[in-house]
Amino acid sequence: MPADSLPFHLTIGSRFENIELVQAVLADALGAYDLDAESRHWIDLAVREAIANAIQHGNRLEPDKRVEIDLELGPEELVVRVRDEGEGFDPGELNDPLAPENRLRPNGRGIFYMQKFMDQIDYDFRPGRGTQVTLRKRLSGGADGEVAAPTAAERPKPDES
Amino acid sequence: MRVNVRQREGVTILDLKGKITIGVGDVALREAIHEALSAGAKKILVNLGDVSTIDSSGVGELVSAYTTVTNRGGKLKLLDLPPKVADILQITQLITVFDVFEGEDEALKSF
Repeated sequence: MPADSLPFHLTIGSRFENIELVQAVLADALGAYDLDAESRHWIDLAVREAIANAIQHGNRLEPDKRVEIDLELGPEELVVRVRDEGEGFDPGELNDPLAPENRLRPNGRGIFYMQKFMDQIDYDFRPGRGTQVTLRKRLSGGADGEVAAPTAAERPKPDES
Repeated sequence: MRVNVRQREGVTILDLKGKITIGVGDVALREAIHEALSAGAKKILVNLGDVSTIDSSGVGELVSAYTTVTNRGGKLKLLDLPPKVADILQITQLITVFDVFEGEDEALKSF
Protein backbone atom coordinates (compact mmCIF):
# COMPACT_ATOMS: atom_id res chain seq x y z
CA MET A 1 0.00 0.00 0.00
CA PRO A 2 1.47 3.43 -0.92
CA ALA A 3 2.45 5.70 1.94
CA ASP A 4 1.65 9.02 0.27
CA SER A 5 -1.29 10.42 -1.59
CA LEU A 6 -1.03 9.92 -5.32
CA PRO A 7 -3.25 12.34 -7.30
CA PHE A 8 -4.42 11.95 -10.89
CA HIS A 9 -6.32 14.55 -12.88
CA LEU A 10 -8.12 13.73 -16.11
CA THR A 11 -10.32 15.79 -18.41
CA ILE A 12 -12.53 14.01 -20.92
CA GLY A 13 -15.13 15.03 -23.48
CA SER A 14 -18.70 13.92 -22.85
CA ARG A 15 -18.60 10.61 -24.70
CA PHE A 16 -19.38 7.30 -23.06
CA GLU A 17 -16.38 5.60 -24.66
CA ASN A 18 -14.13 7.91 -22.64
CA ILE A 19 -15.28 6.14 -19.48
CA GLU A 20 -13.02 3.27 -20.50
CA LEU A 21 -10.00 5.61 -20.47
CA VAL A 22 -10.72 6.65 -16.91
CA GLN A 23 -11.26 3.03 -15.92
CA ALA A 24 -7.81 2.15 -17.27
CA VAL A 25 -6.19 4.91 -15.20
CA LEU A 26 -8.18 3.91 -12.12
CA ALA A 27 -7.21 0.27 -12.53
CA ASP A 28 -3.57 1.22 -12.83
CA ALA A 29 -3.76 3.47 -9.76
CA LEU A 30 -5.52 0.84 -7.67
CA GLY A 31 -2.80 -1.60 -8.64
CA ALA A 32 -0.70 -0.07 -5.86
CA TYR A 33 -3.15 -1.43 -3.30
CA ASP A 34 -3.59 -4.92 -1.99
CA LEU A 35 -7.20 -5.24 -3.11
CA ASP A 36 -8.96 -8.35 -4.32
CA ALA A 37 -10.55 -8.44 -7.76
CA GLU A 38 -14.06 -8.18 -6.39
CA SER A 39 -13.30 -5.03 -4.42
CA ARG A 40 -11.76 -3.46 -7.51
CA HIS A 41 -14.85 -4.37 -9.49
CA TRP A 42 -17.26 -2.55 -7.16
CA ILE A 43 -15.07 0.57 -6.99
CA ASP A 44 -14.75 0.50 -10.77
CA LEU A 45 -18.51 0.28 -11.12
CA ALA A 46 -19.20 3.20 -8.76
CA VAL A 47 -16.74 5.47 -10.55
CA ARG A 48 -18.19 4.41 -13.89
CA GLU A 49 -21.65 5.50 -12.69
CA ALA A 50 -20.40 8.89 -11.52
CA ILE A 51 -18.82 9.63 -14.89
CA ALA A 52 -21.80 8.31 -16.84
CA ASN A 53 -24.11 10.58 -14.81
CA ALA A 54 -21.86 13.57 -15.49
CA ILE A 55 -21.89 12.86 -19.23
CA GLN A 56 -25.57 11.99 -19.55
CA HIS A 57 -27.41 14.04 -16.97
CA GLY A 58 -24.89 16.79 -16.27
CA ASN A 59 -23.50 17.63 -19.68
CA ARG A 60 -26.54 16.30 -21.56
CA LEU A 61 -24.34 14.32 -23.96
CA GLU A 62 -22.83 17.48 -25.44
CA PRO A 63 -19.41 16.19 -26.53
CA ASP A 64 -17.69 19.56 -26.20
CA LYS A 65 -18.61 19.84 -22.54
CA ARG A 66 -15.95 18.45 -20.30
CA VAL A 67 -15.94 16.09 -17.38
CA GLU A 68 -13.07 16.49 -14.97
CA ILE A 69 -11.97 13.64 -12.75
CA ASP A 70 -9.58 13.80 -9.81
CA LEU A 71 -8.33 10.62 -8.17
CA GLU A 72 -6.64 10.89 -4.80
CA LEU A 73 -5.24 7.68 -3.42
CA GLY A 74 -4.13 8.04 0.15
CA PRO A 75 -2.71 5.28 2.31
CA GLU A 76 -6.16 4.29 3.56
CA GLU A 77 -8.72 6.03 1.37
CA LEU A 78 -9.63 6.54 -2.27
CA VAL A 79 -11.25 9.87 -3.10
CA VAL A 80 -12.75 10.44 -6.56
CA ARG A 81 -14.14 13.81 -7.61
CA VAL A 82 -16.14 14.07 -10.82
CA ARG A 83 -17.17 17.50 -12.12
CA ASP A 84 -19.46 18.34 -15.00
CA GLU A 85 -20.66 21.55 -16.60
CA GLY A 86 -24.35 20.90 -16.03
CA GLU A 87 -27.15 22.56 -14.13
CA GLY A 88 -27.12 20.32 -11.08
CA PHE A 89 -29.93 18.39 -9.43
CA ASP A 90 -31.46 17.75 -6.03
CA PRO A 91 -30.56 14.27 -4.76
CA GLY A 92 -33.48 14.52 -2.34
CA GLU A 93 -35.89 14.43 -5.27
CA LEU A 94 -34.61 11.11 -6.59
CA ASN A 95 -36.93 8.14 -6.47
CA ASP A 96 -36.10 5.11 -4.36
CA PRO A 97 -35.22 2.42 -6.94
CA LEU A 98 -36.18 -0.28 -4.43
CA ALA A 99 -39.74 0.99 -3.99
CA PRO A 100 -42.14 -1.47 -5.61
CA GLU A 101 -43.55 1.22 -7.90
CA ASN A 102 -40.04 2.05 -9.18
CA ARG A 103 -38.54 -1.40 -9.43
CA LEU A 104 -39.39 -1.87 -13.11
CA ARG A 105 -38.29 1.58 -14.17
CA PRO A 106 -35.39 1.40 -16.63
CA ASN A 107 -33.46 4.26 -15.02
CA GLY A 108 -32.77 5.84 -11.65
CA ARG A 109 -30.22 3.37 -10.28
CA GLY A 110 -26.91 5.16 -10.95
CA ILE A 111 -26.66 7.03 -7.67
CA PHE A 112 -27.93 3.96 -5.85
CA TYR A 113 -24.95 2.05 -7.27
CA MET A 114 -22.55 4.73 -6.02
CA GLN A 115 -24.09 4.75 -2.57
CA LYS A 116 -23.97 0.98 -2.44
CA PHE A 117 -20.37 0.49 -3.43
CA MET A 118 -18.66 3.49 -1.82
CA ASP A 119 -18.54 4.66 1.81
CA GLN A 120 -19.57 8.27 1.26
CA ILE A 121 -21.05 10.33 -1.57
CA ASP A 122 -21.21 14.14 -1.46
CA TYR A 123 -22.58 16.61 -4.00
CA ASP A 124 -21.51 20.19 -4.56
CA PHE A 125 -23.73 22.37 -6.73
CA ARG A 126 -22.16 25.54 -7.99
CA PRO A 127 -24.48 27.66 -10.15
CA GLY A 128 -22.81 28.30 -13.47
CA ARG A 129 -19.90 26.06 -12.56
CA GLY A 130 -21.43 22.62 -12.82
CA THR A 131 -21.85 19.84 -10.31
CA GLN A 132 -19.20 17.92 -8.43
CA VAL A 133 -19.74 14.52 -6.88
CA THR A 134 -17.17 13.22 -4.42
CA LEU A 135 -16.91 9.48 -3.78
CA ARG A 136 -14.90 8.11 -0.88
CA LYS A 137 -13.88 4.55 -0.17
CA ARG A 138 -11.78 3.24 2.69
CA LEU A 139 -9.13 0.95 1.28
CA SER A 140 -8.05 -0.59 4.55
CA GLY A 141 -11.33 -1.23 6.30
CA GLY A 142 -10.62 -4.84 7.16
CA ALA A 143 -7.68 -6.61 8.71
CA ASP A 144 -6.74 -7.99 5.30
CA GLY A 145 -7.36 -4.73 3.48
CA GLU A 146 -10.42 -6.01 1.66
CA VAL A 147 -13.19 -3.71 0.60
CA ALA A 148 -16.48 -5.14 1.69
CA ALA A 149 -18.55 -6.49 -1.17
CA PRO A 150 -22.14 -5.31 -1.15
CA THR A 151 -24.76 -7.59 0.26
CA ALA A 152 -28.45 -7.78 -0.44
CA ALA A 153 -29.12 -7.15 3.22
CA GLU A 154 -27.88 -3.57 2.90
CA ARG A 155 -30.64 -1.24 1.88
CA PRO A 156 -29.47 2.37 1.51
CA LYS A 157 -32.06 4.96 0.53
CA PRO A 158 -31.48 7.23 -2.48
CA ASP A 159 -31.12 10.37 -0.37
CA GLU A 160 -28.45 8.95 1.91
CA SER A 161 -25.13 10.63 1.30
CA MET B 1 -20.38 -6.47 -25.86
CA ARG B 2 -21.05 -9.23 -28.39
CA VAL B 3 -24.45 -10.85 -28.91
CA ASN B 4 -24.87 -14.27 -30.52
CA VAL B 5 -28.42 -15.26 -31.41
CA ARG B 6 -29.48 -18.89 -31.79
CA GLN B 7 -32.66 -20.92 -31.75
CA ARG B 8 -33.32 -24.07 -29.76
CA GLU B 9 -36.61 -25.83 -29.15
CA GLY B 10 -38.60 -22.76 -30.22
CA VAL B 11 -36.73 -20.44 -27.87
CA THR B 12 -34.58 -17.53 -29.04
CA ILE B 13 -31.37 -17.60 -27.04
CA LEU B 14 -29.22 -14.49 -26.79
CA ASP B 15 -25.67 -15.30 -25.68
CA LEU B 16 -24.16 -12.07 -24.34
CA LYS B 17 -20.43 -11.65 -23.86
CA GLY B 18 -18.57 -8.72 -22.31
CA LYS B 19 -19.82 -5.58 -20.59
CA ILE B 20 -23.44 -4.44 -20.53
CA THR B 21 -22.61 -0.82 -19.90
CA ILE B 22 -23.83 2.56 -20.99
CA GLY B 23 -23.47 3.59 -24.60
CA VAL B 24 -22.39 0.25 -26.06
CA GLY B 25 -23.55 -2.91 -24.33
CA ASP B 26 -26.95 -1.55 -23.37
CA VAL B 27 -27.61 -0.46 -26.95
CA ALA B 28 -26.53 -3.86 -28.30
CA LEU B 29 -28.91 -5.61 -25.90
CA ARG B 30 -31.79 -3.32 -26.85
CA GLU B 31 -31.23 -3.91 -30.56
CA ALA B 32 -30.97 -7.68 -30.08
CA ILE B 33 -34.28 -7.76 -28.20
CA HIS B 34 -36.01 -5.62 -30.79
CA GLU B 35 -34.68 -7.77 -33.63
CA ALA B 36 -35.86 -10.92 -31.88
CA LEU B 37 -39.34 -9.46 -31.33
CA SER B 38 -39.48 -8.25 -34.93
CA ALA B 39 -38.69 -11.78 -36.04
CA GLY B 40 -41.69 -12.99 -34.07
CA ALA B 41 -39.92 -14.38 -31.00
CA LYS B 42 -42.20 -14.95 -28.00
CA LYS B 43 -39.80 -16.98 -25.88
CA ILE B 44 -36.46 -15.31 -25.20
CA LEU B 45 -33.66 -16.63 -23.01
CA VAL B 46 -30.86 -14.20 -22.22
CA ASN B 47 -27.63 -16.02 -21.41
CA LEU B 48 -25.49 -13.82 -19.14
CA GLY B 49 -22.83 -16.44 -18.44
CA ASP B 50 -20.04 -14.48 -20.15
CA VAL B 51 -21.02 -11.02 -18.93
CA SER B 52 -18.22 -9.44 -16.92
CA THR B 53 -19.85 -6.15 -15.86
CA ILE B 54 -23.34 -4.72 -15.76
CA ASP B 55 -23.84 -1.08 -14.84
CA SER B 56 -27.09 0.67 -13.97
CA SER B 57 -27.84 1.28 -17.64
CA GLY B 58 -27.35 -2.40 -18.35
CA VAL B 59 -29.71 -3.31 -15.54
CA GLY B 60 -32.18 -0.77 -16.90
CA GLU B 61 -31.94 -2.35 -20.32
CA LEU B 62 -32.64 -5.79 -18.87
CA VAL B 63 -35.71 -4.38 -17.14
CA SER B 64 -36.85 -2.70 -20.36
CA ALA B 65 -36.37 -5.94 -22.25
CA TYR B 66 -38.42 -7.81 -19.66
CA THR B 67 -41.30 -5.33 -19.72
CA THR B 68 -41.27 -4.99 -23.51
CA VAL B 69 -41.37 -8.74 -24.09
CA THR B 70 -43.98 -9.30 -21.36
CA ASN B 71 -46.21 -6.50 -22.66
CA ARG B 72 -46.20 -8.19 -26.06
CA GLY B 73 -47.34 -11.46 -24.60
CA GLY B 74 -43.94 -13.09 -24.59
CA LYS B 75 -41.62 -14.45 -21.93
CA LEU B 76 -38.05 -13.39 -21.16
CA LYS B 77 -35.90 -15.42 -18.80
CA LEU B 78 -32.27 -15.25 -17.67
CA LEU B 79 -29.62 -17.95 -17.79
CA ASP B 80 -26.33 -18.49 -15.94
CA LEU B 81 -25.88 -15.34 -13.87
CA PRO B 82 -22.21 -14.70 -13.01
CA PRO B 83 -21.80 -13.93 -9.28
CA LYS B 84 -21.30 -10.19 -9.80
CA VAL B 85 -24.41 -9.94 -11.98
CA ALA B 86 -26.37 -11.98 -9.45
CA ASP B 87 -25.17 -9.62 -6.70
CA ILE B 88 -26.42 -6.64 -8.68
CA LEU B 89 -29.83 -8.19 -9.23
CA GLN B 90 -30.02 -9.02 -5.52
CA ILE B 91 -29.08 -5.49 -4.49
CA THR B 92 -31.60 -3.92 -6.85
CA GLN B 93 -34.21 -6.46 -5.74
CA LEU B 94 -34.78 -7.48 -9.34
CA ILE B 95 -33.82 -11.08 -8.72
CA THR B 96 -37.43 -11.80 -7.77
CA VAL B 97 -38.72 -10.19 -10.96
CA PHE B 98 -36.81 -12.38 -13.38
CA ASP B 99 -37.02 -16.11 -13.86
CA VAL B 100 -33.40 -17.21 -13.49
CA PHE B 101 -31.93 -20.60 -14.43
CA GLU B 102 -28.52 -22.20 -14.03
CA GLY B 103 -28.76 -24.72 -16.86
CA GLU B 104 -29.92 -24.21 -20.42
CA ASP B 105 -31.91 -27.44 -20.61
CA GLU B 106 -33.84 -26.59 -17.46
CA ALA B 107 -34.47 -23.06 -18.74
CA LEU B 108 -35.80 -24.35 -22.06
CA LYS B 109 -38.17 -26.75 -20.33
CA SER B 110 -39.64 -23.90 -18.30
CA PHE B 111 -41.07 -22.03 -21.30
